[in-house]
Amino acid sequence: MLNNLLNFFHNILDFVPRIPLSEGANAFIDGIKDIFSFIFNPIRTYLGAFMSWSIDVLSAVPPIFFIILIALYAFYISGKKFGLAAFSIVGLWLIYNQGLWVPLTQTFTLVLVSSILAVLIGVPFGILMSKSNLAETIMKPVLDFMQTMPAFVYLIPAAAFFGIGLVPGVFASLIFAVPPTVRLTNLGIRQVSTELVEAADAFGSTGPQKLFKVELPMAKATIMAGINQTVMLVLSMVVIASMIGAPGLGRQVVSALQGANVGSGFVAGLSIVILAIIIDRFTQSFNVKKRG
Amino acid sequence: MAKIKVEKLTKVFGKRSKQALKLLDEGKSKDAILKETGATVGVNQASFEVEDGEIFVIMGLSGSGKSTLVRLLNRLIDPTTGNVWIDGENLAEMNKEQLRGVRRKKMSMVFQKFGLFPFRTISQNVEYGLEVQGIEKGNRTEKAIESLELVGLKGYEHQYPDQLSGGMQQRVGLARALANDPEVLLMDEAFSALDPLIRKDMQDELLDLQQTMKKTIIFITHDLDEALRIGDRIALMKDGSIVQIGTPEEILVNPANDYVEKFVEDVDRSKVLTAQHIMKRPETVNIEKHGPRVALERMKEEGLSSMFVVDGNRNLRGYITADDASAARKNEIKNLEEILQNDIPKVEKDTPMHDIFNIIHDSPIPVAVIDNNKLVGIIVRGAVIGALASDSEVKLENA
Repeated sequence: MLNNLLNFFHNILDFVPRIPLSEGANAFIDGIKDIFSFIFNPIRTYLGAFMSWSIDVLSAVPPIFFIILIALYAFYISGKKFGLAAFSIVGLWLIYNQGLWVPLTQTFTLVLVSSILAVLIGVPFGILMSKSNLAETIMKPVLDFMQTMPAFVYLIPAAAFFGIGLVPGVFASLIFAVPPTVRLTNLGIRQVSTELVEAADAFGSTGPQKLFKVELPMAKATIMAGINQTVMLVLSMVVIASMIGAPGLGRQVVSALQGANVGSGFVAGLSIVILAIIIDRFTQSFNVKKRG
Repeated sequence: MAKIKVEKLTKVFGKRSKQALKLLDEGKSKDAILKETGATVGVNQASFEVEDGEIFVIMGLSGSGKSTLVRLLNRLIDPTTGNVWIDGENLAEMNKEQLRGVRRKKMSMVFQKFGLFPFRTISQNVEYGLEVQGIEKGNRTEKAIESLELVGLKGYEHQYPDQLSGGMQQRVGLARALANDPEVLLMDEAFSALDPLIRKDMQDELLDLQQTMKKTIIFITHDLDEALRIGDRIALMKDGSIVQIGTPEEILVNPANDYVEKFVEDVDRSKVLTAQHIMKRPETVNIEKHGPRVALERMKEEGLSSMFVVDGNRNLRGYITADDASAARKNEIKNLEEILQNDIPKVEKDTPMHDIFNIIHDSPIPVAVIDNNKLVGIIVRGAVIGALASDSEVKLENA
C-alpha cells in the first residue's frame, strides 16, 4: 500500500513522456540550414575570403609599421599623453617577441569584423526598439536569451551553418556580443530629453531628420558605451570561437590547455589582455568630446 | 478673421479616453474622472480666438493644462477632440506633410528649458528650422545671423549653448524661433527658468521686438505679473478648463469667480491699475464764469483748501488756494487769472499707479488726471493707499 503510494509520487511527474526539445532544436537548425543555405554559403565563401585576405595583408605589413601606427594613434587619442602609446609599443612588441604576431593579426581581424558587423546590425535594431514599444517588448527577452545562453552553445549552430574556421567564429561572437549595442542604442535614444525631441518636431523635422540630426547625436555617448561593451564581448569570445577552428590567440590558449602547458597558456592569455586593453581604450576614445 | 481659432479643444490622457470624454460631457470633475477611469483630463473643452498681432497669454498654475494646451496648438500632442484653425485651416485634419508645413513656415516654438541642441553651435541651432526645410547653407547662415542680431547675440555664432548664460540661451531659443519668420510664436514658459531681473529684461525685449514684428504670440506662464505685463489678453486656466479670458484689467477688476479673485489677490496692483482707476470726480471752478468769491464759496462747501481751475472746455488751467482766494476777495480782485497757480502736479489717465507714488508724495494738493489736457479727475493720497490694499472692498471708481 505504502509502496504503491510512494511509487505514485515518484512517477507523478512522468505524466508526460520526455518532450523532444533537443530533437526539435536539431530539426529547427537543420531546417534553417537547408532553407537558408543560399544565404549561408555565400557568406561563408565571401566573408571567409575577405577575412583571409585581411589577415594576409595584416601579416604582410612589417610589424614595426603596425606598432608605430598604433602608437601614433594612441598618442593622438589620449590627448598627446605618452602612457597609452608606450603601453601599446611595449605590449605589441612583447606579443611579437613571444612569436604570437600571426595569431594576433588573426584575432584582430576576427574582433574587427565581428565588431563592425555587430554595430551594423545592433544600431539599427536599437533604433527600431527605441521607436516602437512593441519592438522593445519583443526584443528585450530575446536579448536576455542571447546574453544568458552559455556562449559555447552558439558554436554548434555556427559550425552547422558555416563549417569551421573564422566565419562561424564571427557568427557566434556576433550573437553573443550584439545585445549591449542594441540595448544601449535603445536606451540612448529613449533618454533624449522630451524638450529636444519636441523642439525637433516643432520645427517640422521629418522622422529621419529628427533621428540623424537630434536623437543619434544626443545618444552618441550611450551608443558608444554599448559599442565598447560589444567589442569587449567579442574579444571574450576569441578563446571560445577557437574551439570551432577559429585561428588566433584563442587557439594558443586552447592548445595550451590540452597540453597542460601553463607557460604558453599564460603568454597567450597575457597577449589577449594586452589586445583587450588597447582596443578598450581605443573604442572609448571615440566618445571623448572634441571641442575646445 | 481670427488668426487662431480654438474650438472645444480637449485632451484626455490614458487608455479609457472615450469613457472619460463621456463623463466629461456629463460635467464630472477632473478628479472624479481620474478615479473612475484612470484617465487624466489634460485640457477640457478650451475655446478661444487669437487675433493677428496679439500677445495672448495662457496662464495657470502647474497642472492646469496650459503646457498641454499649447502643445495641442501645433499638435506636438494630438487632441482627443476639438479643432484648431490657423488662418482658417483646420490643424486637426491635416496629414503629416501639411502639419510639417505649418510647423516649418507658420509656427515656431520657444521652450521653457530652451530646448537647444548642445552639440550644435549657436548658429547651427538657430539654423535648425531652416536646415530641415532644405534651405542651402549660405542662405540659412545669413538668416541665422540676422535673427541673432535681432536678439542681441551677434558674434556668438560659433559658441556652444553651454558656454552661454541662461538668459542668452533663451535669446538663442527666440532667435531660432524667429529665423523661420513664422506668423505665430508659441512660447511655453519661455522666461520661467530665468532669474527675475533677466526675466524682466526679456519681457521688455519681447515687447520691443513685438512693436516691430507684430507676430501673433501665444505665451504660456504661471506668473501672473508676467501675464499682466506682456499680455494683450489673458486666458486663465484651472484643472484643464479656461475660467476667464480678458484683458489684464478685466481680469483684475472683474474676476470671473472666486478662483480668479484668489489668484489676482497677491498681484502687485500698482503695476496694473492706472490713474483712471483711482481718480475721483474733480470739483472745479470755471475761469470764464467764476471769480474769487464763488471759488471761496465752493471750497467752503466741499471742505477743500484748494481747487482746480478749468475753462469752458474743461481744459485744465491751474489751481487756486483758499488763502489766495480770500486775499483776492479782500483786495477786490474780480479775476481768478491773477491768483492762478500753474505748477500743477498732473498725470495722464493711463499712467500706472506705480508711477504716481512719487508725484503724489511731493505734492501738497491732489494730483490732476488729464486726458488731452482736459481735467478728467483728481487723485487724493488716500485713494492710492486704498487701492493698494488689495481687499475687494476697495471701490474702484471708473471714470
